[in-house]
Amino acid sequence: MSSYIIQGETGPWEVVIGLEVHAQVISQAKLFSGASATFGGEPNTHVAFLDCGMPGMLPVINAECVRQAVKTGLGLNAIINRRSIFDRKNYFYADLPLGYQISQFAHPIVGEGTIILDLKDGTSREVGIERLHLEIDAGKSLHDQHPTKSFIDLNRAGVALMEIVSKPDMRSPEEAGAYLKKLRAILRYLGTCDGNMDEGSMRADVNVSVRHPGEPLRTRCEIKNVNSIRFVMQAIEYEAQRHVEVYEQGGIIEQETRLFDSAKITTRPMRSKEFAHDYRYFPDPDLLPLEFSEEFVNEIKASLPELPDAKKARFVGEYGISPYDAGVLVAEKETAMFFEAAAEGHDAKAVANWVMGDLFAALNRTGKDITESPVKPENIGKLVDLIKDDTISGRIAKDVFEIMVETGDAPDKIVEERGLKQVTDTGAIEKVVDEVIAANPDKAEEVRGGKDKLLGWFVGQAMKASQGKANPGILNEMIRKKLLG
Amino acid sequence: MTELTNLTLAEARDGLAKGEYTSVELTEAFLGAMEARKDLNAFIVTCPDVALERAKASDARRAKGEVLGPMDGAPVAIKDLFCTEGVQTTAASKILEGFKPQYESTVSGKLRDGGAVMLGKTNLDEFAMGSANITSAYGNVTSPWVAEDDPEKLVPGGSSGGSAAAVSARMCLAATGTDTGGSIRQPAAFTGIVGLKPTYGRCSRWGIVAFASSLDQAGPMTHTVRDAAIMLGQMAGFDPKDSTSAKVDLPDFEKALTGDIRGLKVGIPKEYRPDGLDSEIAALWDQGIAWLKDAGAEIVDISLPHTDKALATYYIVAPAEASSNLARYDGVRYGLRVEEGGNLDEMYMKTRAKGFGKEVKRRILIGTYVLSAGYYDAYYLKAQKVRALIANDFAEAFKTVDVILTPTAPSDAFPIAGGNKVDPITMYLNDVFTVPASLAGVPAMSLPGGLSQKGLPLGLQLIGRPFDEETILRAAGVMEAAAEFTAVPTLLRGGK
Repeated sequence: MSSYIIQGETGPWEVVIGLEVHAQVISQAKLFSGASATFGGEPNTHVAFLDCGMPGMLPVINAECVRQAVKTGLGLNAIINRRSIFDRKNYFYADLPLGYQISQFAHPIVGEGTIILDLKDGTSREVGIERLHLEIDAGKSLHDQHPTKSFIDLNRAGVALMEIVSKPDMRSPEEAGAYLKKLRAILRYLGTCDGNMDEGSMRADVNVSVRHPGEPLRTRCEIKNVNSIRFVMQAIEYEAQRHVEVYEQGGIIEQETRLFDSAKITTRPMRSKEFAHDYRYFPDPDLLPLEFSEEFVNEIKASLPELPDAKKARFVGEYGISPYDAGVLVAEKETAMFFEAAAEGHDAKAVANWVMGDLFAALNRTGKDITESPVKPENIGKLVDLIKDDTISGRIAKDVFEIMVETGDAPDKIVEERGLKQVTDTGAIEKVVDEVIAANPDKAEEVRGGKDKLLGWFVGQAMKASQGKANPGILNEMIRKKLLG
Repeated sequence: MTELTNLTLAEARDGLAKGEYTSVELTEAFLGAMEARKDLNAFIVTCPDVALERAKASDARRAKGEVLGPMDGAPVAIKDLFCTEGVQTTAASKILEGFKPQYESTVSGKLRDGGAVMLGKTNLDEFAMGSANITSAYGNVTSPWVAEDDPEKLVPGGSSGGSAAAVSARMCLAATGTDTGGSIRQPAAFTGIVGLKPTYGRCSRWGIVAFASSLDQAGPMTHTVRDAAIMLGQMAGFDPKDSTSAKVDLPDFEKALTGDIRGLKVGIPKEYRPDGLDSEIAALWDQGIAWLKDAGAEIVDISLPHTDKALATYYIVAPAEASSNLARYDGVRYGLRVEEGGNLDEMYMKTRAKGFGKEVKRRILIGTYVLSAGYYDAYYLKAQKVRALIANDFAEAFKTVDVILTPTAPSDAFPIAGGNKVDPITMYLNDVFTVPASLAGVPAMSLPGGLSQKGLPLGLQLIGRPFDEETILRAAGVMEAAAEFTAVPTLLRGGK
């Protein structure tokens, strides 16, 4: 459970957090215009007449985007509304060519659902989803291209977004971070949004308020368009602290929209109240209510991939790994796939340790993604086998792994070529042990005189002399026997 | 040979087929008439080059026996609310002055693809907002009709006033109109022609400058009922580019003109005969009833109980949609832009202040108001509920009758000078008989019934079931034959 409490002079303060995430739908074409929805491209090259607000142009819904929204709704265990309505959200801005955003207000395509957070301490926590609706993105204003003018790029205008709204169920920055990670994982598993926050294909609006535990909700502030999980957590921390300070100084918090300053790690008001928008929502008369059949939903349901929670449960049951490890492994779809490919037919627990330990460290060090891993999954399985059947020791395995990272070679090949095979021949080991004892008679004497600690030194010397290849168990036992009888 | 400009669309079709004249000859005749009657200001732009080029192409096709359809080679006028590729489209607004679309509206495109010859773009009320064609940024349209006792220039009605005047004054064989609350039917009534507003969803709205999306509908404005049937067939049809376009079969509308209405049940709604209804209008209506009865129809008294709420409902719904539809005219991407320093908001304000006329601004303000926080429920939402009740009135009525007969407008045409003086509410009352069918989305047609004592045309309106334009056309054909309306606009008399 969360224990994120701000201790104030008037008592403890609890933070209440809700998130609105804008997730760009993966689709070939935009939501209503048929123009390409591909990221990038020369400015204003992915623009249909509708996207630039030409007179008489009409929207036609892209069925693929509907499918993606339904898929996401199912992935969030949410209610699918087989009848939803598109509304116009009216406001003027230079990068909003129609003068309104086509969105869904009163009747969204997806209703209430849930998301399960996997927290660092190994516990889980449920956060409610309020709704998911489809809407179009605006264009992009470029203010740095000309000394006095702003330029507009409409490539993004009309691209489908899913706005996913949580209930105000989160109580700490950590939970908000875990929520975003989990949501992103689900979207990526489903293939409905790439979740790249740095490219802007996933952005979060953060609603924050504070209260003394047990109180009703107090006024919230909305921090707009925060574009990384770390920033979301920082923004919450700052904003909650700000609320507490205002309240404790006898002030009041006004409901307002704020912006996060990632350089100063603060938030500031975006627009004052007198310029607050009245969006004049009303049903878009150019579009009929969006309706689809139960079969349409069932078809999508049948095609759903295994999602993180189910995968986690299966990993625990099937591979015998801990829930925490399973949680880490399923957090990214690619990691889960890598793990399964590696664990197939091998000691899964050992494989999990290699993946989460040495492999993650190596990837981190080299700045690579798991999909670019120089170590192939099947080679991790092989490495684990080599340890298990005593072909190499755990210590040697570490060296072998580093060579695998460098060369991408299979471990058996590396062991073979470099002669790293463990020596289990007692005769050969005895020879090495005898040589070491013979070369250090005074130290041997000390051991015999009761200085047990020097035993380890002998083991180290003998292992070194065997170039690390001696089976550590046999070696240990032999030294003990030779020196202590 | 009859003067070519006096032909009906059906006659021209047959004459072209028989080789009595060419499309180029027809086109030249109409271009001449347009030049001669320029003072009516029926056109915002003419496109003689485009017209002659298409006429030549049509004649060439015909010579090879490759006729595209009944309107191949027929010179028509297009209301300047339809986007036409490469030809200026203004919606009669300053804000779109010089705007040349890179695309052709579905309806004008169908006409073009059917071989019709576009003579020019007709004048209208700015953004189709008006009932007298006095709100155009390109000047009033003058009706070719003049009252017997008064030389004052008269309005042609609106908003499709330019199309009505152009057809009536024989500057084209036929014209396209659009109807949001009566914009085809009322000007048709004022100028003595036929105007048909099809069922909502029958004609695609794609490429038509939007006024009120849930009401806008394109339709033909013609000399005769038969012409309307022919032209509707060329304009209508499902369009995947318009989500509100209906996937219904497209009948051969001309075949509906059987001349036989025996047993047809015609509803006469009592709410359309309010106290103070002009006696001439009432008399014409009675005459219409008599014609139908004589032809074997059964007359049924009906009630459309929410009729008196229609105008108020319309003037909430239409401006609400318009306020949003017109937001795109902001000076950023095309059309007028007033920069004169300042920031983005100032550019918006200056551009829209200069670009829009008074009536358009009034409706944007009304629409913005009725959608705003705190008023939405009281106005827009309530209006939508009343709209549903009005639609239900018609649905109930059509359980017992096949078609409904009413007057089209509460009066004959009024002087332009007077129109400029009347308050907006009085002006809005022009649409009192046409608005209910618009709100219900049902098809309705105005056809000439006779002349007022002043010698001005009066129209009768037939309203039908959704997607049953055929019954309207059938009844209208019978009434047209009975009415024998042959009156010629004042300006065209005396051999001119």
